[in-house]
Amino acid sequence: MSEVAEAAEAVKEPKEPLFSKKNKKLLTDPLNDDNPITIQVLGICSALAITVQVKQAFVMALSVLVVMIGANLIVSWMRNLIPSRVRIIVQLVIVAALVILVDQVLKAFVYDVSKQLSVFVGLIITNCIIMGRLEAFALGNKAWPSFLDAIGNAAGYGWILIAVAVVRELFGSGKLWGYQVVPDAFYEFGYFNNGLMILPPMALITVGIIIWIQRAKNTKLIEEH
Amino acid sequence: MEYINIFVKSIFIDNMIFAYFLGMCSYLAVSKTVKTGVGLGAAVIFVLGITVPINYLLENYVLKEGALVWLGEDFATVDLSFLSFIMFIAVIASMVQLVEMAVEKFAPALYGALGIFLPLIAVNCSILGGSLFMQERQYANIAEATVFGLGSGVGWFLAIVAIAAIREKIRYSNVPAPLRGLGITFIITGLMGIAFMSFMGIEL
Repeated sequence: MSEVAEAAEAVKEPKEPLFSKKNKKLLTDPLNDDNPITIQVLGICSALAITVQVKQAFVMALSVLVVMIGANLIVSWMRNLIPSRVRIIVQLVIVAALVILVDQVLKAFVYDVSKQLSVFVGLIITNCIIMGRLEAFALGNKAWPSFLDAIGNAAGYGWILIAVAVVRELFGSGKLWGYQVVPDAFYEFGYFNNGLMILPPMALITVGIIIWIQRAKNTKLIEEH
Repeated sequence: MEYINIFVKSIFIDNMIFAYFLGMCSYLAVSKTVKTGVGLGAAVIFVLGITVPINYLLENYVLKEGALVWLGEDFATVDLSFLSFIMFIAVIASMVQLVEMAVEKFAPALYGALGIFLPLIAVNCSILGGSLFMQERQYANIAEATVFGLGSGVGWFLAIVAIAAIREKIRYSNVPAPLRGLGITFIITGLMGIAFMSFMGIEL
Protein backbone atom coordinates (compact mmCIF):
# COMPACT_ATOMS: atom_id res chain seq x y z
CA MET A 1 0.00 0.00 0.00
CA SER A 2 2.61 2.51 1.07
CA GLU A 3 4.94 1.54 -1.75
CA VAL A 4 2.21 2.15 -4.29
CA ALA A 5 1.53 5.59 -2.87
CA GLU A 6 5.19 6.46 -2.79
CA ALA A 7 5.58 5.32 -6.36
CA ALA A 8 2.63 7.50 -7.31
CA GLU A 9 4.23 10.47 -5.59
CA ALA A 10 7.43 9.85 -7.47
CA VAL A 11 5.64 9.59 -10.81
CA LYS A 12 3.72 12.80 -10.25
CA GLU A 13 6.87 14.78 -9.71
CA PRO A 14 9.47 13.53 -12.13
CA LYS A 15 11.62 16.57 -11.47
CA GLU A 16 12.38 15.67 -7.89
CA PRO A 17 14.24 12.37 -7.46
CA LEU A 18 13.34 10.20 -4.46
CA PHE A 19 16.54 11.04 -2.68
CA SER A 20 17.04 14.63 -3.73
CA LYS A 21 19.26 16.83 -1.62
CA LYS A 22 16.23 18.20 0.20
CA ASN A 23 14.89 14.76 1.00
CA LYS A 24 18.27 13.53 2.19
CA LYS A 25 18.43 16.51 4.51
CA LEU A 26 15.12 15.38 6.05
CA LEU A 27 16.80 12.13 6.95
CA THR A 28 20.14 13.38 8.22
CA ASP A 29 19.29 16.69 9.91
CA PRO A 30 17.46 15.17 12.87
CA LEU A 31 20.46 12.98 13.61
CA ASN A 32 22.55 15.92 14.64
CA ASP A 33 21.80 19.58 13.85
CA ASP A 34 18.07 19.31 14.42
CA ASN A 35 17.96 16.42 16.87
CA PRO A 36 14.48 15.99 18.37
CA ILE A 37 15.78 15.50 21.90
CA THR A 38 18.76 17.80 22.24
CA ILE A 39 17.66 20.66 19.98
CA GLN A 40 13.90 20.55 19.48
CA VAL A 41 13.28 19.42 23.10
CA LEU A 42 10.67 16.86 22.09
CA GLY A 43 10.01 13.44 23.56
CA ILE A 44 12.09 13.89 26.68
CA CYS A 45 9.65 12.21 29.03
CA SER A 46 10.03 8.69 27.76
CA ALA A 47 13.64 9.18 26.71
CA LEU A 48 14.73 9.48 30.30
CA ALA A 49 12.61 6.96 32.08
CA ILE A 50 13.42 3.83 30.10
CA THR A 51 17.15 4.19 29.57
CA VAL A 52 18.31 2.00 32.44
CA GLN A 53 19.00 -0.91 30.08
CA VAL A 54 19.98 -0.95 26.43
CA LYS A 55 17.37 -3.58 25.59
CA GLN A 56 14.46 -1.48 26.87
CA ALA A 57 15.78 1.59 25.10
CA PHE A 58 16.09 -0.35 21.84
CA VAL A 59 12.55 -1.72 22.04
CA MET A 60 11.25 1.76 22.88
CA ALA A 61 13.12 3.37 19.98
CA LEU A 62 11.77 0.72 17.62
CA SER A 63 8.19 1.21 18.86
CA VAL A 64 8.45 4.96 18.39
CA LEU A 65 9.84 4.43 14.88
CA VAL A 66 6.89 2.25 13.89
CA VAL A 67 4.27 4.56 15.41
CA MET A 68 5.89 7.63 13.89
CA ILE A 69 6.08 6.24 10.38
CA GLY A 70 2.46 5.11 10.55
CA ALA A 71 1.16 8.34 12.04
CA ASN A 72 3.12 10.59 9.71
CA LEU A 73 1.94 8.67 6.63
CA ILE A 74 -1.71 8.57 7.69
CA VAL A 75 -1.85 12.22 8.72
CA SER A 76 -0.09 13.34 5.59
CA TRP A 77 -2.55 11.40 3.41
CA MET A 78 -5.50 12.84 5.35
CA ARG A 79 -4.12 16.32 5.74
CA ASN A 80 -6.66 17.92 3.40
CA LEU A 81 -9.60 16.16 5.06
CA ILE A 82 -8.89 17.11 8.69
CA PRO A 83 -10.67 20.28 9.86
CA SER A 84 -8.06 22.34 11.63
CA ARG A 85 -10.20 22.97 14.73
CA VAL A 86 -10.34 19.31 15.73
CA ARG A 87 -6.98 18.26 14.34
CA ILE A 88 -5.42 17.56 17.75
CA ILE A 89 -8.12 15.05 18.63
CA VAL A 90 -7.91 13.42 15.19
CA GLN A 91 -4.14 13.11 15.50
CA LEU A 92 -4.39 11.72 19.01
CA VAL A 93 -6.87 9.07 17.90
CA ILE A 94 -4.66 8.01 14.98
CA VAL A 95 -1.61 7.79 17.21
CA ALA A 96 -3.54 6.01 19.96
CA ALA A 97 -4.78 3.36 17.53
CA LEU A 98 -1.21 2.71 16.33
CA VAL A 99 0.10 2.58 19.90
CA ILE A 100 -2.52 -0.01 20.83
CA LEU A 101 -1.26 -2.17 17.96
CA VAL A 102 2.36 -1.79 19.10
CA ASP A 103 1.40 -2.50 22.71
CA GLN A 104 -0.41 -5.71 21.79
CA VAL A 105 2.54 -6.86 19.66
CA LEU A 106 4.99 -6.16 22.50
CA LYS A 107 2.80 -8.02 24.97
CA ALA A 108 2.65 -10.99 22.62
CA PHE A 109 6.33 -11.28 21.70
CA VAL A 110 8.51 -9.57 24.34
CA TYR A 111 6.33 -9.76 27.42
CA ASP A 112 9.15 -9.11 29.93
CA VAL A 113 10.25 -5.90 28.22
CA SER A 114 6.65 -4.81 27.87
CA LYS A 115 6.20 -5.24 31.64
CA GLN A 116 9.33 -3.17 32.34
CA LEU A 117 8.24 -0.38 30.03
CA SER A 118 4.91 -0.34 31.92
CA VAL A 119 3.04 2.89 31.26
CA PHE A 120 5.64 4.28 28.92
CA VAL A 121 4.35 2.37 25.91
CA GLY A 122 1.01 4.07 26.41
CA LEU A 123 2.75 7.36 26.82
CA ILE A 124 4.06 7.16 23.25
CA ILE A 125 0.63 8.64 22.47
CA THR A 126 1.51 11.88 24.14
CA ASN A 127 5.18 11.69 23.23
CA CYS A 128 5.67 15.24 22.07
CA ILE A 129 8.03 14.11 19.33
CA ILE A 130 5.18 12.43 17.46
CA MET A 131 2.66 15.23 17.93
CA GLY A 132 5.35 17.78 17.22
CA ARG A 133 6.35 16.25 13.90
CA LEU A 134 2.71 15.73 12.90
CA GLU A 135 1.92 19.36 13.58
CA ALA A 136 5.11 20.78 12.16
CA PHE A 137 5.63 18.54 9.17
CA ALA A 138 3.09 15.90 8.19
CA LEU A 139 0.15 18.34 8.17
CA GLY A 140 1.79 20.36 5.43
CA ASN A 141 3.74 17.87 3.34
CA LYS A 142 3.26 14.96 0.99
CA ALA A 143 3.57 11.34 2.08
CA TRP A 144 7.11 10.59 0.91
CA PRO A 145 8.85 13.54 2.62
CA SER A 146 6.74 12.88 5.73
CA PHE A 147 7.89 9.26 5.67
CA LEU A 148 11.54 10.36 5.51
CA ASP A 149 10.96 12.93 8.22
CA ALA A 150 9.48 10.23 10.46
CA ILE A 151 12.47 7.92 9.94
CA GLY A 152 14.95 10.74 10.47
CA ASN A 153 13.38 11.99 13.67
CA ALA A 154 12.77 8.54 15.10
CA ALA A 155 16.39 7.65 14.38
CA GLY A 156 17.60 10.88 15.98
CA TYR A 157 15.48 10.05 19.01
CA GLY A 158 16.65 6.43 19.00
CA TRP A 159 20.37 7.10 18.96
CA ILE A 160 20.22 9.47 21.91
CA LEU A 161 18.09 6.94 23.78
CA ILE A 162 20.56 4.15 23.11
CA ALA A 163 23.59 6.33 23.85
CA VAL A 164 22.15 7.27 27.25
CA ALA A 165 21.21 3.65 27.93
CA VAL A 166 24.73 2.41 27.06
CA VAL A 167 26.30 4.88 29.50
CA ARG A 168 23.82 4.08 32.25
CA GLU A 169 23.90 0.30 31.89
CA LEU A 170 27.69 0.12 31.48
CA PHE A 171 28.52 2.24 34.52
CA GLY A 172 25.43 1.39 36.53
CA SER A 173 25.46 -2.38 36.35
CA GLY A 174 28.54 -3.30 34.32
CA LYS A 175 26.44 -4.89 31.62
CA LEU A 176 25.33 -4.26 28.06
CA TRP A 177 22.08 -5.76 26.74
CA GLY A 178 21.97 -7.84 29.93
CA TYR A 179 25.42 -9.44 29.40
CA GLN A 180 28.26 -8.63 31.75
CA VAL A 181 31.04 -6.72 30.00
CA VAL A 182 33.09 -5.43 32.92
CA PRO A 183 35.37 -8.40 33.72
CA ASP A 184 35.29 -9.99 37.17
CA ALA A 185 38.99 -9.16 37.62
CA PHE A 186 38.05 -5.47 37.79
CA TYR A 187 35.70 -6.10 40.66
CA GLU A 188 38.41 -8.03 42.48
CA PHE A 189 40.66 -4.97 42.23
CA GLY A 190 38.01 -2.97 43.99
CA TYR A 191 35.97 -1.58 41.07
CA PHE A 192 32.39 -0.81 41.99
CA ASN A 193 29.33 -0.24 39.87
CA ASN A 194 28.06 3.28 40.23
CA GLY A 195 24.65 2.70 41.76
CA LEU A 196 23.67 6.31 41.15
CA MET A 197 23.63 5.67 37.39
CA ILE A 198 20.61 3.39 37.72
CA LEU A 199 18.58 6.07 39.47
CA PRO A 200 16.44 8.46 37.40
CA PRO A 201 18.33 11.76 37.98
CA MET A 202 21.46 10.48 36.24
CA ALA A 203 19.53 10.16 32.99
CA LEU A 204 18.97 13.91 33.05
CA ILE A 205 22.58 14.62 33.79
CA THR A 206 23.75 12.24 31.04
CA VAL A 207 21.53 14.00 28.49
CA GLY A 208 22.80 17.33 29.78
CA ILE A 209 26.36 16.20 29.14
CA ILE A 210 25.49 14.93 25.64
CA ILE A 211 24.02 18.37 24.91
CA TRP A 212 27.17 19.97 26.25
CA ILE A 213 29.42 17.89 23.99
CA GLN A 214 27.21 18.45 20.97
CA ARG A 215 27.08 22.21 21.39
CA ALA A 216 30.76 22.50 22.17
CA LYS A 217 31.45 20.83 18.80
CA ASN A 218 28.78 22.72 16.92
CA THR A 219 28.96 26.27 18.24
CA LYS A 220 26.12 27.63 16.11
CA LEU A 221 23.66 25.73 18.31
CA ILE A 222 24.58 27.67 21.46
CA GLU A 223 21.62 29.46 23.07
CA GLU A 224 21.67 32.96 24.45
CA HIS A 225 20.26 31.93 27.81
CA MET B 1 -5.71 9.63 56.97
CA GLU B 2 -5.44 7.34 53.97
CA TYR B 3 -6.17 10.30 51.72
CA ILE B 4 -3.48 12.48 53.26
CA ASN B 5 -0.99 9.67 52.74
CA ILE B 6 -1.85 9.35 49.06
CA PHE B 7 -1.72 13.12 48.67
CA VAL B 8 1.72 13.53 50.25
CA LYS B 9 3.04 10.43 48.49
CA SER B 10 1.99 11.65 45.06
CA ILE B 11 3.47 15.10 45.65
CA PHE B 12 6.88 14.15 46.99
CA ILE B 13 7.71 10.47 46.69
CA ASP B 14 6.11 9.73 43.33
CA ASN B 15 6.68 13.21 41.94
CA MET B 16 5.65 13.26 38.29
CA ILE B 17 8.77 15.11 37.15
CA PHE B 18 11.54 13.93 39.42
CA ALA B 19 10.54 10.29 39.76
CA TYR B 20 8.90 9.56 36.39
CA PHE B 21 9.93 12.41 34.04
CA LEU B 22 6.36 12.96 32.93
CA GLY B 23 5.49 16.22 31.26
CA MET B 24 9.14 17.07 30.71
CA CYS B 25 8.59 18.65 27.30
CA SER B 26 6.36 21.45 28.50
CA TYR B 27 8.32 21.57 31.75
CA LEU B 28 11.47 22.46 29.83
CA ALA B 29 9.80 24.66 27.24
CA VAL B 30 7.56 26.80 29.48
CA SER B 31 9.82 27.25 32.52
CA LYS B 32 11.64 30.38 31.40
CA THR B 33 9.76 32.68 33.79
CA VAL B 34 7.94 32.02 37.07
CA LYS B 35 4.75 33.64 35.80
CA THR B 36 4.20 31.26 32.90
CA GLY B 37 5.31 28.38 35.10
CA VAL B 38 2.58 29.17 37.62
CA GLY B 39 -0.02 29.42 34.83
CA LEU B 40 0.84 26.06 33.31
CA GLY B 41 1.20 24.41 36.72
CA ALA B 42 -2.26 25.58 37.79
CA ALA B 43 -3.76 24.31 34.55
CA VAL B 44 -2.13 20.90 35.11
CA ILE B 45 -3.54 20.61 38.66
CA PHE B 46 -6.96 21.52 37.32
CA VAL B 47 -7.00 19.05 34.43
CA LEU B 48 -5.44 16.19 36.41
CA GLY B 49 -8.03 16.70 39.14
CA ILE B 50 -10.81 16.32 36.58
CA THR B 51 -9.55 13.63 34.20
CA VAL B 52 -8.23 11.10 36.73
CA PRO B 53 -11.62 10.57 38.44
CA ILE B 54 -13.44 10.44 35.09
CA ASN B 55 -11.02 7.86 33.77
CA TYR B 56 -11.35 6.00 37.07
CA LEU B 57 -15.09 5.63 36.49
CA LEU B 58 -14.47 4.62 32.88
CA GLU B 59 -11.90 2.03 33.92
CA ASN B 60 -14.08 0.49 36.61
CA TYR B 61 -17.46 0.56 34.91
CA VAL B 62 -16.57 0.03 31.25
CA LEU B 63 -13.06 -1.16 30.51
CA LYS B 64 -11.90 -3.59 33.20
CA GLU B 65 -12.59 -7.29 32.89
CA GLY B 66 -16.02 -7.86 34.34
CA ALA B 67 -16.64 -4.13 34.67
CA LEU B 68 -19.65 -4.29 32.38
CA VAL B 69 -21.48 -6.66 34.71
CA TRP B 70 -23.99 -3.90 35.53
CA LEU B 71 -25.36 -4.36 32.01
CA GLY B 72 -26.29 -7.96 32.72
CA GLU B 73 -24.76 -11.32 33.57
CA ASP B 74 -23.72 -11.95 29.96
CA PHE B 75 -21.15 -9.18 30.12
CA ALA B 76 -19.27 -10.56 33.11
CA THR B 77 -16.39 -11.88 30.99
CA VAL B 78 -16.02 -8.94 28.61
CA ASP B 79 -12.54 -7.39 28.86
CA LEU B 80 -12.11 -4.11 27.02
CA SER B 81 -8.89 -3.04 28.70
CA PHE B 82 -6.99 -3.04 25.40
CA LEU B 83 -9.08 0.01 24.50
CA SER B 84 -7.96 1.97 27.53
CA PHE B 85 -5.31 4.10 25.77
CA ILE B 86 -7.70 5.38 23.16
CA MET B 87 -10.52 5.94 25.66
CA PHE B 88 -8.30 7.77 28.12
CA ILE B 89 -6.79 10.05 25.53
CA ALA B 90 -10.22 10.77 24.02
CA VAL B 91 -11.51 11.72 27.48
CA ILE B 92 -8.48 13.91 28.11
CA ALA B 93 -8.61 15.67 24.75
CA SER B 94 -12.34 16.34 24.96
CA MET B 95 -12.21 17.36 28.65
CA VAL B 96 -9.46 19.83 27.89
CA GLN B 97 -11.55 21.30 25.11
CA LEU B 98 -14.66 21.42 27.34
CA VAL B 99 -12.78 22.93 30.25
CA GLU B 100 -11.33 25.53 27.92
CA MET B 101 -14.78 26.54 26.68
CA ALA B 102 -16.30 26.56 30.17
CA VAL B 103 -13.50 28.62 31.63
CA GLU B 104 -13.73 31.08 28.74
CA LYS B 105 -17.46 31.52 29.33
CA PHE B 106 -17.67 31.62 33.13
CA ALA B 107 -14.30 32.86 34.32
CA PRO B 108 -12.77 35.16 31.73
CA ALA B 109 -10.09 36.34 34.17
CA LEU B 110 -8.92 32.78 34.78
CA TYR B 111 -9.07 32.17 31.05
CA GLY B 112 -6.81 35.12 30.51
CA ALA B 113 -4.33 33.59 32.92
CA LEU B 114 -4.55 29.97 31.76
CA GLY B 115 -5.81 30.50 28.22
CA ILE B 116 -2.87 29.64 26.05
CA PHE B 117 -1.77 26.79 28.29
CA LEU B 118 -4.95 24.76 28.26
CA PRO B 119 -4.61 23.38 24.70
CA LEU B 120 -0.98 22.51 25.41
CA ILE B 121 -2.10 20.25 28.20
CA ALA B 122 -3.85 17.69 26.01
CA VAL B 123 -0.43 16.47 24.92
CA ASN B 124 1.26 16.80 28.29
CA CYS B 125 2.38 13.30 29.21
CA SER B 126 1.76 13.87 32.91
CA ILE B 127 -2.00 13.97 32.29
CA LEU B 128 -2.19 10.66 30.44
CA GLY B 129 0.47 9.33 32.81
CA GLY B 130 -1.77 10.19 35.76
CA SER B 131 -4.59 8.11 34.29
CA LEU B 132 -2.29 5.21 33.41
CA PHE B 133 -0.74 5.13 36.89
CA MET B 134 -4.24 5.26 38.35
CA GLN B 135 -5.06 2.17 36.26
CA GLU B 136 -1.86 0.37 37.28
CA ARG B 137 -2.16 1.08 41.01
CA GLN B 138 -5.81 0.04 41.40
CA TYR B 139 -7.10 2.67 43.78
CA ALA B 140 -9.90 1.51 46.05
CA ASN B 141 -12.44 4.22 45.35
CA ILE B 142 -13.00 7.39 43.37
CA ALA B 143 -12.00 9.69 46.22
CA GLU B 144 -8.55 8.09 46.39
CA ALA B 145 -8.16 8.48 42.63
CA THR B 146 -9.14 12.15 42.82
CA VAL B 147 -6.70 12.80 45.65
CA PHE B 148 -3.98 11.07 43.66
CA GLY B 149 -4.75 13.23 40.61
CA LEU B 150 -4.69 16.46 42.59
CA GLY B 151 -1.51 15.46 44.44
CA SER B 152 0.30 14.64 41.21
CA GLY B 153 -0.74 18.00 39.83
CA VAL B 154 0.55 19.82 42.90
CA GLY B 155 3.85 17.96 42.62
CA TRP B 156 4.18 19.00 39.00
CA PHE B 157 3.28 22.59 39.92
CA LEU B 158 6.00 22.71 42.59
CA ALA B 159 8.57 21.32 40.20
CA ILE B 160 7.91 23.77 37.38
CA VAL B 161 7.77 26.80 39.69
CA ALA B 162 11.05 25.78 41.33
CA ILE B 163 12.90 25.30 38.05
CA ALA B 164 11.48 28.54 36.63
CA ALA B 165 12.74 30.46 39.65
CA ILE B 166 16.19 28.90 39.29
CA ARG B 167 16.29 29.68 35.59
CA GLU B 168 15.40 33.31 36.23
CA LYS B 169 18.33 33.59 38.63
CA ILE B 170 20.79 31.62 36.53
CA ARG B 171 20.74 34.35 33.92
CA TYR B 172 23.17 36.24 36.14
CA SER B 173 25.61 33.35 36.41
CA ASN B 174 28.51 32.55 34.18
CA VAL B 175 27.45 29.23 32.69
CA PRO B 176 29.82 27.68 30.09
CA ALA B 177 28.49 28.74 26.67
CA PRO B 178 27.62 25.28 25.27
CA LEU B 179 25.68 24.41 28.43
CA ARG B 180 23.52 27.54 28.38
CA GLY B 181 19.79 27.11 28.09
CA LEU B 182 18.79 23.50 27.69
CA GLY B 183 21.93 21.78 28.93
CA ILE B 184 22.13 23.45 32.31
CA THR B 185 18.38 23.03 32.79
CA PHE B 186 18.77 19.28 32.37
CA ILE B 187 21.58 19.14 34.87
CA ILE B 188 19.75 21.29 37.43
CA THR B 189 16.67 19.09 37.08
CA GLY B 190 18.90 16.08 37.68
CA LEU B 191 20.30 17.62 40.84
CA MET B 192 16.80 18.52 42.04
CA GLY B 193 15.81 14.92 41.33
CA ILE B 194 18.64 13.73 43.56
CA ALA B 195 17.34 16.02 46.28
CA PHE B 196 13.83 14.65 45.87
CA MET B 197 15.21 11.12 46.17
CA SER B 198 15.69 11.75 49.86
CA PHE B 199 11.93 11.18 50.16
CA MET B 200 12.35 7.69 48.78
CA GLY B 201 11.64 4.78 51.07
CA ILE B 202 9.40 6.80 53.36
CA GLU B 203 6.50 4.55 54.20
CA LEU B 204 3.25 6.36 54.72
